[in-house]
Amino acid sequence: MSDLSLNGIPVIDTFAEAFDVAGTAIVVTNDTAKWAMIAATTMTGFATSVIGCGAEAGIDAELSPEETPDGRPGVRILLFGFEPNGLKEQLIKRVGQCILTCPGTACYAGVEGPTKIKLGGAIRYFGDGFAVAKRLPDASGKARRYWRIPVMDGEFLCEDSVRAVDGAVGGGNLLFLGRTHAETLKVAEAAVEAARAVPGAILPFPGGIVRSGSKVGGRTKGMMASTNDAYCPTLKGRAGSALPAECGVVLEIVIDALTSQGVSDSMRAGLHAATEIGGRHGLIAVTAGNYGGNLGRHHYHLRDLIARDESKPEG
Amino acid sequence: MSTLTLRAAPPERLDFLNITPLALKGLSPGEAERLEVGTTRTGVRLGDCFSVSLDGSDTLTIEGGHERLDRVGASLSEGTIRVTGDVGQRLGAGMAGGVLTVTGNAGPYAASGATGGTITIAGDAGDHAGGAVYAAKVGLDGATLIIRGTAGAHLGDRMRRGTILAGRAGAFAGARMIAGTLAALAVGDHPGLGMRRGTLLLGAHGRMAETFVETGAHDLVFLRLLAKALRGLSPEHADLLAKPLRRYSGDLATIAKGEIWVAA
Repeated sequence: MSDLSLNGIPVIDTFAEAFDVAGTAIVVTNDTAKWAMIAATTMTGFATSVIGCGAEAGIDAELSPEETPDGRPGVRILLFGFEPNGLKEQLIKRVGQCILTCPGTACYAGVEGPTKIKLGGAIRYFGDGFAVAKRLPDASGKARRYWRIPVMDGEFLCEDSVRAVDGAVGGGNLLFLGRTHAETLKVAEAAVEAARAVPGAILPFPGGIVRSGSKVGGRTKGMMASTNDAYCPTLKGRAGSALPAECGVVLEIVIDALTSQGVSDSMRAGLHAATEIGGRHGLIAVTAGNYGGNLGRHHYHLRDLIARDESKPEG
Repeated sequence: MSTLTLRAAPPERLDFLNITPLALKGLSPGEAERLEVGTTRTGVRLGDCFSVSLDGSDTLTIEGGHERLDRVGASLSEGTIRVTGDVGQRLGAGMAGGVLTVTGNAGPYAASGATGGTITIAGDAGDHAGGAVYAAKVGLDGATLIIRGTAGAHLGDRMRRGTILAGRAGAFAGARMIAGTLAALAVGDHPGLGMRRGTLLLGAHGRMAETFVETGAHDLVFLRLLAKALRGLSPEHADLLAKPLRRYSGDLATIAKGEIWVAA
Protein backbone atom coordinates (compact mmCIF):
# COMPACT_ATOMS: atom_id res chain seq x y z
CA MET A 1 0.00 0.00 0.00
CA SER A 2 2.74 2.46 0.94
CA ASP A 3 6.45 2.62 1.51
CA LEU A 4 5.88 5.02 4.39
CA SER A 5 4.80 4.08 7.87
CA LEU A 6 4.63 5.60 11.31
CA ASN A 7 4.31 3.55 14.48
CA GLY A 8 3.70 0.56 12.24
CA ILE A 9 0.75 2.17 10.47
CA PRO A 10 1.05 2.69 6.70
CA VAL A 11 1.07 6.33 5.68
CA ILE A 12 0.12 7.03 2.08
CA ASP A 13 2.72 9.10 0.27
CA THR A 14 0.41 11.94 -0.66
CA PHE A 15 -0.38 15.45 0.49
CA ALA A 16 -3.15 17.56 1.93
CA GLU A 17 -4.07 20.49 -0.28
CA ALA A 18 -5.02 23.68 1.55
CA PHE A 19 -5.99 27.22 0.66
CA ASP A 20 -5.26 30.81 1.58
CA VAL A 21 -8.13 32.15 3.66
CA ALA A 22 -8.93 35.27 5.65
CA GLY A 23 -8.59 34.62 9.37
CA THR A 24 -9.10 36.49 12.59
CA ALA A 25 -9.24 35.83 16.31
CA ILE A 26 -11.34 37.35 19.07
CA VAL A 27 -11.27 36.95 22.82
CA VAL A 28 -14.58 36.58 24.62
CA THR A 29 -14.69 37.03 28.39
CA ASN A 30 -17.31 36.60 31.06
CA ASP A 31 -17.61 36.57 34.83
CA THR A 32 -17.23 32.78 34.81
CA ALA A 33 -15.44 30.36 32.53
CA LYS A 34 -18.75 28.55 32.10
CA TRP A 35 -20.49 31.54 30.54
CA ALA A 36 -17.47 32.48 28.45
CA MET A 37 -17.60 28.97 26.99
CA ILE A 38 -21.36 29.18 26.43
CA ALA A 39 -20.84 32.36 24.40
CA ALA A 40 -17.98 30.82 22.46
CA THR A 41 -19.75 27.58 21.61
CA THR A 42 -22.82 29.51 20.50
CA MET A 43 -20.79 31.75 18.21
CA THR A 44 -18.84 28.87 16.68
CA GLY A 45 -21.93 26.78 16.02
CA PHE A 46 -22.91 26.18 12.38
CA ALA A 47 -19.39 27.08 11.25
CA THR A 48 -18.05 23.80 9.88
CA SER A 49 -17.55 24.66 6.24
CA VAL A 50 -17.11 28.05 4.66
CA ILE A 51 -19.04 26.82 1.61
CA GLY A 52 -22.26 26.16 3.46
CA CYS A 53 -21.89 28.21 6.62
CA GLY A 54 -20.15 31.33 5.37
CA ALA A 55 -17.32 30.81 7.81
CA GLU A 56 -15.31 28.18 9.64
CA ALA A 57 -14.86 28.81 13.33
CA GLY A 58 -13.69 27.09 16.44
CA ILE A 59 -12.37 27.52 19.95
CA ASP A 60 -8.61 27.93 20.00
CA ALA A 61 -8.01 28.10 23.74
CA GLU A 62 -9.50 28.75 27.13
CA LEU A 63 -7.84 31.74 28.77
CA SER A 64 -7.17 32.37 32.43
CA PRO A 65 -8.08 35.75 33.95
CA GLU A 66 -4.41 36.73 33.73
CA GLU A 67 -4.49 36.25 29.96
CA THR A 68 -7.51 38.43 29.16
CA PRO A 69 -7.79 42.21 28.84
CA ASP A 70 -10.34 42.61 31.62
CA GLY A 71 -9.03 40.04 34.09
CA ARG A 72 -11.97 37.65 33.67
CA PRO A 73 -12.00 34.09 32.32
CA GLY A 74 -12.10 33.99 28.55
CA VAL A 75 -12.05 31.97 25.37
CA ARG A 76 -10.08 32.66 22.20
CA ILE A 77 -12.10 32.04 19.05
CA LEU A 78 -10.73 31.73 15.52
CA LEU A 79 -12.87 32.58 12.52
CA PHE A 80 -12.01 31.98 8.87
CA GLY A 81 -13.65 33.04 5.62
CA PHE A 82 -12.87 33.05 1.92
CA GLU A 83 -11.90 36.73 1.93
CA PRO A 84 -11.90 39.70 4.36
CA ASN A 85 -15.31 41.09 3.37
CA GLY A 86 -17.02 37.75 3.85
CA LEU A 87 -15.17 37.28 7.12
CA LYS A 88 -16.31 40.70 8.31
CA GLU A 89 -19.95 39.93 7.52
CA GLN A 90 -19.82 36.64 9.39
CA LEU A 91 -17.95 38.16 12.33
CA ILE A 92 -20.47 40.95 12.81
CA LYS A 93 -23.41 38.56 12.49
CA ARG A 94 -22.01 36.03 14.90
CA VAL A 95 -20.81 38.54 17.51
CA GLY A 96 -24.06 40.45 17.17
CA GLN A 97 -26.28 37.40 17.59
CA CYS A 98 -24.21 35.22 19.92
CA ILE A 99 -21.83 37.41 21.96
CA LEU A 100 -23.83 40.61 22.33
CA THR A 101 -26.83 38.56 23.42
CA CYS A 102 -25.01 36.45 26.00
CA PRO A 103 -25.26 37.76 29.60
CA GLY A 104 -22.10 39.31 30.99
CA THR A 105 -19.98 38.89 27.89
CA ALA A 106 -17.33 41.26 26.51
CA CYS A 107 -15.42 40.96 23.25
CA TYR A 108 -11.86 41.92 22.31
CA ALA A 109 -9.48 41.56 19.37
CA GLY A 110 -7.49 38.35 19.69
CA VAL A 111 -4.75 38.81 17.12
CA GLU A 112 -2.71 41.55 15.47
CA GLY A 113 -2.71 41.79 11.69
CA PRO A 114 -2.62 44.16 8.75
CA THR A 115 -6.33 44.21 7.85
CA LYS A 116 -8.73 46.14 10.06
CA ILE A 117 -12.25 44.80 10.52
CA LYS A 118 -14.69 47.12 12.20
CA LEU A 119 -16.56 45.16 14.85
CA GLY A 120 -17.68 47.20 17.85
CA GLY A 121 -17.86 50.18 15.54
CA ALA A 122 -20.52 48.33 13.57
CA ILE A 123 -22.39 46.68 16.43
CA ARG A 124 -22.64 49.98 18.31
CA TYR A 125 -25.68 50.92 16.24
CA PHE A 126 -27.62 48.44 18.34
CA GLY A 127 -27.12 51.01 21.09
CA ASP A 128 -29.48 53.35 19.23
CA GLY A 129 -27.29 56.37 19.82
CA PHE A 130 -26.72 55.67 23.51
CA ALA A 131 -23.44 53.80 22.95
CA VAL A 132 -20.23 55.60 23.83
CA ALA A 133 -16.66 54.98 22.72
CA LYS A 134 -13.78 54.84 25.15
CA ARG A 135 -10.09 54.84 24.34
CA LEU A 136 -7.90 53.21 26.99
CA PRO A 137 -4.35 51.86 26.98
CA ASP A 138 -3.89 48.09 27.17
CA ALA A 139 -1.26 46.29 29.23
CA SER A 140 1.43 47.21 26.72
CA GLY A 141 0.43 50.87 26.73
CA LYS A 142 -1.13 50.76 23.27
CA ALA A 143 -4.35 52.74 23.05
CA ARG A 144 -7.38 50.62 22.26
CA ARG A 145 -10.86 51.86 21.45
CA TYR A 146 -13.89 50.20 22.92
CA TRP A 147 -17.60 50.66 22.46
CA ARG A 148 -19.87 50.53 25.50
CA ILE A 149 -23.36 49.59 24.38
CA PRO A 150 -26.15 49.82 26.94
CA VAL A 151 -27.97 46.49 27.34
CA MET A 152 -30.39 45.15 29.91
CA ASP A 153 -27.72 43.65 32.19
CA GLY A 154 -25.55 46.75 32.08
CA GLU A 155 -23.22 47.20 29.14
CA PHE A 156 -21.84 45.16 26.29
CA LEU A 157 -18.20 46.17 25.87
CA CYS A 158 -16.73 45.42 22.46
CA GLU A 159 -13.45 46.48 20.91
CA ASP A 160 -13.95 48.92 18.04
CA SER A 161 -12.08 46.83 15.51
CA VAL A 162 -10.26 43.54 15.22
CA ARG A 163 -7.56 42.45 12.80
CA ALA A 164 -7.41 39.87 10.04
CA VAL A 165 -4.05 38.21 9.56
CA ASP A 166 -2.11 37.55 6.39
CA GLY A 167 -1.10 33.95 5.82
CA ALA A 168 -4.07 32.11 7.30
CA VAL A 169 -4.59 28.67 5.77
CA GLY A 170 -7.70 26.52 5.65
CA GLY A 171 -8.15 22.92 4.67
CA GLY A 172 -5.29 20.96 6.17
CA ASN A 173 -6.57 17.41 6.61
CA LEU A 174 -5.91 13.80 7.50
CA LEU A 175 -8.03 10.77 6.58
CA PHE A 176 -8.05 7.72 8.82
CA LEU A 177 -8.89 4.41 7.15
CA GLY A 178 -10.24 2.00 9.75
CA ARG A 179 -12.10 -1.25 10.13
CA THR A 180 -14.99 -0.38 12.47
CA HIS A 181 -16.77 2.86 13.23
CA ALA A 182 -16.21 2.77 16.99
CA GLU A 183 -12.51 1.98 16.77
CA THR A 184 -11.80 4.50 14.02
CA LEU A 185 -13.65 7.16 15.98
CA LYS A 186 -11.26 6.60 18.90
CA VAL A 187 -8.31 7.09 16.57
CA ALA A 188 -9.78 10.27 15.13
CA GLU A 189 -10.59 11.58 18.60
CA ALA A 190 -6.98 11.13 19.66
CA ALA A 191 -5.85 12.97 16.55
CA VAL A 192 -8.27 15.81 17.25
CA GLU A 193 -7.08 16.22 20.82
CA ALA A 194 -3.46 16.50 19.71
CA ALA A 195 -4.17 18.70 16.69
CA ARG A 196 -6.29 21.11 18.73
CA ALA A 197 -3.52 21.57 21.27
CA VAL A 198 -1.48 23.49 18.69
CA PRO A 199 -1.99 27.23 19.33
CA GLY A 200 -3.68 29.12 16.51
CA ALA A 201 -5.29 26.06 14.95
CA ILE A 202 -8.90 24.87 15.02
CA LEU A 203 -10.81 21.87 13.74
CA PRO A 204 -14.20 23.29 12.76
CA PHE A 205 -16.23 20.10 12.20
CA PRO A 206 -18.33 18.38 14.90
CA GLY A 207 -15.91 17.24 17.57
CA GLY A 208 -13.20 18.09 15.07
CA ILE A 209 -14.18 15.17 12.84
CA VAL A 210 -15.95 15.03 9.48
CA ARG A 211 -17.44 11.88 8.03
CA SER A 212 -18.66 13.49 4.81
CA GLY A 213 -15.43 14.36 3.08
CA SER A 214 -16.09 15.95 -0.26
CA LYS A 215 -14.72 16.35 -3.73
CA VAL A 216 -15.07 19.40 -5.94
CA GLY A 217 -18.27 19.47 -8.03
CA GLY A 218 -20.60 16.54 -8.65
CA ARG A 219 -22.73 14.75 -11.17
CA THR A 220 -25.72 16.95 -10.32
CA LYS A 221 -25.58 20.30 -12.09
CA GLY A 222 -24.73 23.21 -9.79
CA MET A 223 -23.23 21.19 -6.97
CA MET A 224 -20.10 22.91 -5.63
CA ALA A 225 -19.10 19.81 -3.72
CA SER A 226 -20.29 16.24 -3.42
CA THR A 227 -19.38 13.12 -1.51
CA ASN A 228 -15.84 11.88 -1.80
CA ASP A 229 -16.90 8.60 -3.43
CA ALA A 230 -13.32 7.30 -3.58
CA TYR A 231 -13.36 7.00 0.21
CA CYS A 232 -16.92 5.72 0.76
CA PRO A 233 -16.76 2.12 2.01
CA THR A 234 -20.10 1.23 0.45
CA LEU A 235 -18.66 2.13 -2.96
CA LYS A 236 -15.66 -0.16 -2.62
CA GLY A 237 -14.89 -2.29 -5.63
CA ARG A 238 -16.01 0.30 -8.14
CA ALA A 239 -13.57 1.99 -10.44
CA GLY A 240 -12.08 4.96 -8.63
CA SER A 241 -12.38 3.60 -5.10
CA ALA A 242 -9.27 4.25 -3.06
CA LEU A 243 -10.12 1.88 -0.25
CA PRO A 244 -8.67 -1.55 0.45
CA ALA A 245 -11.08 -4.41 0.90
CA GLU A 246 -10.70 -4.56 4.70
CA CYS A 247 -11.59 -0.86 5.19
CA GLY A 248 -15.02 -0.35 6.72
CA VAL A 249 -14.96 3.33 7.66
CA VAL A 250 -13.06 6.54 6.90
CA LEU A 251 -13.01 9.58 9.16
CA GLU A 252 -11.34 12.87 8.38
CA ILE A 253 -10.06 15.78 10.41
CA VAL A 254 -9.87 19.25 8.84
CA ILE A 255 -7.58 21.95 10.18
CA ASP A 256 -7.62 25.75 9.78
CA ALA A 257 -4.88 27.89 11.28
CA LEU A 258 -3.70 31.47 11.39
CA THR A 259 -0.39 30.41 9.84
CA SER A 260 0.81 27.70 7.47
CA GLN A 261 3.15 26.55 10.21
CA GLY A 262 0.12 26.09 12.45
CA VAL A 263 -1.54 23.77 9.92
CA SER A 264 1.67 21.80 9.52
CA ASP A 265 2.23 21.48 13.27
CA SER A 266 -1.37 20.54 13.87
CA MET A 267 -1.39 17.89 11.12
CA ARG A 268 1.86 16.46 12.45
CA ALA A 269 0.46 16.27 15.99
CA GLY A 270 -2.69 14.57 14.73
CA LEU A 271 -0.79 12.11 12.57
CA HIS A 272 1.48 11.03 15.40
CA ALA A 273 -1.34 10.78 17.95
CA ALA A 274 -3.47 8.67 15.60
CA THR A 275 -0.74 6.23 14.66
CA GLU A 276 0.39 5.84 18.27
CA ILE A 277 -2.91 4.21 19.18
CA GLY A 278 -3.90 3.10 15.69
CA GLY A 279 -2.41 -0.38 16.00
CA ARG A 280 -4.74 -1.19 18.91
CA HIS A 281 -7.81 0.16 17.13
CA GLY A 282 -7.64 -1.39 13.69
CA LEU A 283 -6.25 1.62 11.85
CA ILE A 284 -5.38 0.44 8.34
CA ALA A 285 -3.71 3.54 6.96
CA VAL A 286 -3.55 7.34 7.10
CA THR A 287 -3.89 9.45 4.00
CA ALA A 288 -4.82 13.01 3.06
CA GLY A 289 -7.19 14.74 0.69
CA ASN A 290 -6.20 16.85 -2.26
CA TYR A 291 -7.51 18.03 -5.61
CA GLY A 292 -4.48 17.13 -7.68
CA GLY A 293 -2.54 20.10 -6.41
CA ASN A 294 -4.10 22.59 -8.80
CA LEU A 295 -6.57 24.41 -6.50
CA GLY A 296 -4.70 25.24 -3.31
CA ARG A 297 -1.14 26.47 -3.13
CA HIS A 298 -0.41 24.89 0.26
CA HIS A 299 0.62 21.25 0.02
CA TYR A 300 1.35 19.38 3.24
CA HIS A 301 3.10 16.14 2.33
CA LEU A 302 2.59 13.38 4.87
CA ARG A 303 6.14 12.23 4.14
CA ASP A 304 7.38 15.50 5.72
CA LEU A 305 5.14 15.17 8.78
CA ILE A 306 6.42 11.80 9.89
CA ALA A 307 9.46 13.36 11.55
CA ARG A 308 8.21 14.65 14.88
CA ASP A 309 10.57 17.61 15.17
CA GLU A 310 10.37 18.86 11.61
CA SER A 311 9.64 22.57 11.80
CA LYS A 312 9.72 23.66 8.17
CA PRO A 313 6.16 24.08 6.89
CA GLU A 314 5.06 22.87 3.52
CA GLY A 315 3.29 25.11 1.06
CA MET B 1 21.58 64.58 28.76
CA SER B 2 21.44 68.23 27.71
CA THR B 3 21.01 70.77 30.49
CA LEU B 4 19.85 74.35 30.73
CA THR B 5 20.72 75.87 34.08
CA LEU B 6 18.91 79.04 35.14
CA ARG B 7 21.43 81.67 36.20
CA ALA B 8 19.05 84.40 37.34
CA ALA B 9 15.35 85.15 37.39
CA PRO B 10 14.16 85.99 33.84
CA PRO B 11 13.62 89.72 33.29
CA GLU B 12 10.37 89.04 31.41
CA ARG B 13 8.14 86.12 30.47
CA LEU B 14 10.04 83.65 28.33
CA ASP B 15 8.53 81.53 25.56
CA PHE B 16 10.03 78.01 25.47
CA LEU B 17 7.89 76.83 22.57
CA ASN B 18 10.91 75.97 20.44
CA ILE B 19 13.18 74.64 23.16
CA THR B 20 13.02 70.88 22.81
CA PRO B 21 15.63 68.11 22.68
CA LEU B 22 14.93 67.71 18.97
CA ALA B 23 15.38 71.43 18.28
CA LEU B 24 18.65 71.55 20.23
CA LYS B 25 20.05 68.45 18.58
CA GLY B 26 22.70 69.46 16.09
CA LEU B 27 23.13 72.96 17.53
CA SER B 28 26.37 74.13 19.08
CA PRO B 29 26.11 75.64 22.57
CA GLY B 30 26.70 79.06 21.00
CA GLU B 31 23.87 78.59 18.52
CA ALA B 32 21.58 77.42 21.28
CA GLU B 33 22.44 80.40 23.44
CA ARG B 34 21.38 82.73 20.62
CA LEU B 35 17.88 81.23 20.35
CA GLU B 36 15.28 83.91 21.00
CA VAL B 37 13.03 83.18 23.97
CA GLY B 38 11.95 86.68 24.94
CA THR B 39 8.42 87.98 24.58
CA THR B 40 9.11 91.72 24.33
CA ARG B 41 11.17 93.92 22.05
CA THR B 42 14.19 93.59 24.31
CA GLY B 43 15.12 90.39 22.50
CA VAL B 44 16.03 88.12 25.36
CA ARG B 45 17.96 85.06 24.18
CA LEU B 46 18.37 81.70 25.84
CA GLY B 47 21.98 82.38 26.83
CA ASP B 48 20.97 85.56 28.63
CA CYS B 49 19.27 83.56 31.36
CA PHE B 50 20.62 80.00 31.10
CA SER B 51 23.92 78.19 31.02
CA VAL B 52 23.74 75.76 28.13
CA SER B 53 25.22 72.26 28.08
CA LEU B 54 24.34 70.08 25.09
CA ASP B 55 25.16 66.48 24.28
CA GLY B 56 22.73 65.80 21.42
CA SER B 57 20.63 63.38 23.44
CA ASP B 58 16.83 63.24 23.45
CA THR B 59 16.65 64.28 27.10
CA LEU B 60 16.69 67.90 28.21
CA THR B 61 16.86 69.00 31.82
CA ILE B 62 15.99 72.54 32.81
CA GLU B 63 17.67 73.10 36.15
CA GLY B 64 15.93 75.82 38.10
CA GLY B 65 12.47 76.53 36.83
CA HIS B 66 10.62 79.79 37.16
CA GLU B 67 7.01 80.84 36.92
CA ARG B 68 7.97 83.06 33.96
CA LEU B 69 8.87 80.07 31.76
CA ASP B 70 5.86 79.75 29.44
CA ARG B 71 5.00 77.00 26.94
CA VAL B 72 7.70 74.66 28.18
CA GLY B 73 7.52 71.49 26.09
CA ALA B 74 4.70 72.87 23.97
CA SER B 75 6.22 71.57 20.75
CA LEU B 76 7.58 68.35 22.22
CA SER B 77 6.89 65.38 19.96
CA GLU B 78 9.50 62.92 21.19
CA GLY B 79 12.12 62.71 23.90
CA THR B 80 12.00 63.96 27.46
CA ILE B 81 12.02 67.33 29.16
CA ARG B 82 12.47 67.51 32.90
CA VAL B 83 12.10 70.79 34.75
CA THR B 84 13.47 71.12 38.25
CA GLY B 85 11.30 73.83 39.74
CA ASP B 86 8.24 75.76 38.62
CA VAL B 87 6.99 76.68 35.15
CA GLY B 88 4.61 79.31 33.82
CA GLN B 89 1.48 79.03 31.75
CA ARG B 90 0.63 76.59 28.96
CA LEU B 91 3.04 73.88 29.99
CA GLY B 92 3.04 71.31 27.17
CA ALA B 93 0.20 73.08 25.38
CA GLY B 94 -0.27 71.33 22.05
CA MET B 95 2.39 68.77 22.86
CA ALA B 96 2.26 65.76 20.52
CA GLY B 97 4.39 63.16 22.28
CA GLY B 98 7.24 62.45 24.64
CA VAL B 99 7.56 62.85 28.38
CA LEU B 100 7.38 66.19 30.19
CA THR B 101 7.98 66.35 33.92
CA VAL B 102 7.89 69.30 36.30
CA THR B 103 9.00 68.89 39.89
CA GLY B 104 7.37 72.14 41.05
CA ASN B 105 4.17 73.95 40.19
CA ALA B 106 2.70 74.92 36.83
CA GLY B 107 0.71 77.95 35.79
CA PRO B 108 -2.67 77.98 34.02
CA TYR B 109 -3.61 76.06 30.87
CA ALA B 110 -1.12 73.24 31.34
CA ALA B 111 -1.50 70.58 28.63
CA SER B 112 -4.16 72.54 26.78
CA GLY B 113 -4.64 70.99 23.35
CA ALA B 114 -1.97 68.35 23.99
CA THR B 115 -2.52 65.41 21.65
CA GLY B 116 0.03 62.91 22.93
CA GLY B 117 2.67 62.06 25.47
CA THR B 118 2.65 62.26 29.24
CA ILE B 119 2.85 65.45 31.30
CA THR B 120 3.49 65.10 35.01
CA ILE B 121 3.37 67.96 37.50
CA ALA B 122 4.64 67.00 40.91
CA GLY B 123 3.23 70.11 42.55
CA ASP B 124 0.12 72.13 41.86
CA ALA B 125 -1.37 73.35 38.59
CA GLY B 126 -3.19 76.59 37.88
CA ASP B 127 -6.68 77.03 36.53
CA HIS B 128 -7.75 75.38 33.28
CA ALA B 129 -5.15 72.61 33.39
CA GLY B 130 -6.05 70.37 30.46
CA GLY B 131 -8.63 72.98 29.55
CA ALA B 132 -9.29 74.95 26.41
CA VAL B 133 -7.66 78.33 25.94
CA TYR B 134 -9.84 81.19 24.76
CA ALA B 135 -11.47 80.50 21.38
CA ALA B 136 -10.05 76.97 21.26
CA LYS B 137 -12.45 74.17 20.48
CA VAL B 138 -10.88 71.64 22.80
CA GLY B 139 -8.72 71.29 25.88
CA LEU B 140 -6.66 68.15 26.42
CA ASP B 141 -6.82 66.18 23.17
CA GLY B 142 -5.24 62.79 23.73
CA ALA B 143 -2.30 63.29 26.07
CA THR B 144 -2.01 62.10 29.65
CA LEU B 145 -1.83 64.79 32.34
CA ILE B 146 -0.92 63.86 35.89
CA ILE B 147 -1.08 66.49 38.64
CA ARG B 148 0.16 65.07 41.93
CA GLY B 149 -0.89 68.14 43.90
CA THR B 150 -3.90 70.38 43.53
CA ALA B 151 -5.32 71.71 40.28
CA GLY B 152 -7.23 74.95 40.02
CA ALA B 153 -10.70 75.50 38.68
CA HIS B 154 -11.91 74.27 35.29
CA LEU B 155 -9.62 71.25 35.23
CA GLY B 156 -10.13 69.49 31.88
CA ASP B 157 -12.53 72.14 30.59
CA ARG B 158 -13.67 71.01 27.11
CA MET B 159 -11.18 68.14 27.08
CA ARG B 160 -11.83 65.89 24.11
CA ARG B 161 -9.60 62.87 24.54
CA GLY B 162 -6.95 61.53 26.89
CA THR B 163 -6.62 61.16 30.64
CA ILE B 164 -6.24 63.61 33.50
CA LEU B 165 -5.35 62.54 37.03
CA ALA B 166 -5.26 65.06 39.84
CA GLY B 167 -4.93 64.91 43.59
CA ARG B 168 -7.49 67.60 44.23
CA ALA B 169 -9.13 70.10 41.91
CA GLY B 170 -11.25 73.20 42.14
CA ALA B 171 -14.73 73.90 40.84
CA PHE B 172 -15.98 72.93 37.40
CA ALA B 173 -13.65 69.97 36.95
CA GLY B 174 -14.52 68.33 33.64
CA ALA B 175 -16.93 71.09 32.73
CA ARG B 176 -18.00 71.12 29.07
CA MET B 177 -16.10 67.86 28.62
CA ILE B 178 -16.39 66.47 25.10
CA ALA B 179 -14.85 63.08 25.91
CA GLY B 180 -11.98 61.50 27.79
CA THR B 181 -11.29 60.45 31.36
CA LEU B 182 -10.69 62.62 34.41
CA ALA B 183 -9.98 61.19 37.86
CA ALA B 184 -9.42 63.15 41.05
CA LEU B 185 -9.42 62.30 44.71
CA ALA B 186 -11.60 65.34 45.42
CA VAL B 187 -13.02 68.21 43.38
CA GLY B 188 -15.05 71.35 44.08
CA ASP B 189 -18.54 72.33 43.01
CA HIS B 190 -20.23 71.49 39.73
CA PRO B 191 -18.06 68.71 38.38
CA GLY B 192 -18.83 67.89 34.77
CA LEU B 193 -21.15 70.83 34.27
CA GLY B 194 -22.20 70.83 30.62
CA MET B 195 -20.27 67.66 29.80
CA ARG B 196 -21.37 65.84 26.64
CA ARG B 197 -19.47 62.56 26.97
CA GLY B 198 -16.57 61.31 29.02
CA THR B 199 -15.90 59.83 32.40
CA LEU B 200 -15.24 61.51 35.73
CA LEU B 201 -14.00 59.36 38.60
CA LEU B 202 -14.13 61.21 41.88
CA GLY B 203 -13.27 60.38 45.46
CA ALA B 204 -15.32 63.33 46.70
CA HIS B 205 -16.98 66.36 45.20
CA GLY B 206 -18.78 69.58 46.06
CA ARG B 207 -22.23 70.50 44.94
CA MET B 208 -23.36 68.63 41.85
CA ALA B 209 -25.57 70.23 39.21
CA GLU B 210 -29.23 69.23 39.17
CA THR B 211 -28.82 68.10 35.58
CA PHE B 212 -27.10 64.87 36.64
CA VAL B 213 -29.18 61.85 37.55
CA GLU B 214 -28.02 58.92 39.67
CA THR B 215 -28.22 55.55 37.88
CA GLY B 216 -27.10 53.46 40.85
CA ALA B 217 -24.19 51.07 41.35
CA HIS B 218 -23.00 49.02 38.38
CA ASP B 219 -20.39 46.31 37.99
CA LEU B 220 -19.27 47.14 34.46
CA VAL B 221 -16.44 45.54 32.49
CA PHE B 222 -15.33 49.03 31.52
CA LEU B 223 -14.37 49.75 35.13
CA ARG B 224 -11.98 46.80 35.10
CA LEU B 225 -10.25 48.15 32.01
CA LEU B 226 -10.11 51.62 33.53
CA ALA B 227 -8.59 50.27 36.75
CA LYS B 228 -5.89 48.50 34.76
CA ALA B 229 -5.18 51.63 32.75
CA LEU B 230 -4.93 53.84 35.83
CA ARG B 231 -2.91 51.40 37.93
CA GLY B 232 0.32 52.15 36.07
CA LEU B 233 -0.21 55.90 36.29
CA SER B 234 -1.42 56.28 39.85
CA PRO B 235 -2.35 53.39 42.17
CA GLU B 236 -4.14 55.89 44.40
CA HIS B 237 -6.59 56.73 41.63
CA ALA B 238 -6.93 53.11 40.55
CA ASP B 239 -7.87 52.27 44.13
CA LEU B 240 -10.94 54.50 43.80
CA LEU B 241 -12.33 51.82 41.51
CA ALA B 242 -11.95 49.16 44.17
CA LYS B 243 -14.50 50.97 46.33
CA PRO B 244 -18.28 50.88 45.93
CA LEU B 245 -19.19 53.51 43.35
CA ARG B 246 -22.33 55.43 42.53
CA ARG B 247 -22.84 56.48 38.94
CA TYR B 248 -24.38 59.73 37.78
CA SER B 249 -25.40 60.28 34.19
CA GLY B 250 -25.34 63.67 32.52
CA ASP B 251 -25.19 66.45 31.79
CA LEU B 252 -28.87 66.17 30.87
CA ALA B 253 -28.69 69.75 29.63
CA THR B 254 -26.56 68.41 26.76
CA ILE B 255 -26.56 65.02 25.03
CA ALA B 256 -26.08 63.35 28.43
CA LYS B 257 -23.63 60.68 27.38
CA GLY B 258 -21.23 61.56 30.17
CA GLU B 259 -20.89 59.86 33.51
CA ILE B 260 -19.55 60.67 36.96
CA TRP B 261 -18.48 57.80 39.19
CA VAL B 262 -18.30 58.76 42.85
CA ALA B 263 -16.92 56.71 45.71
CA ALA B 264 -19.90 55.84 47.88
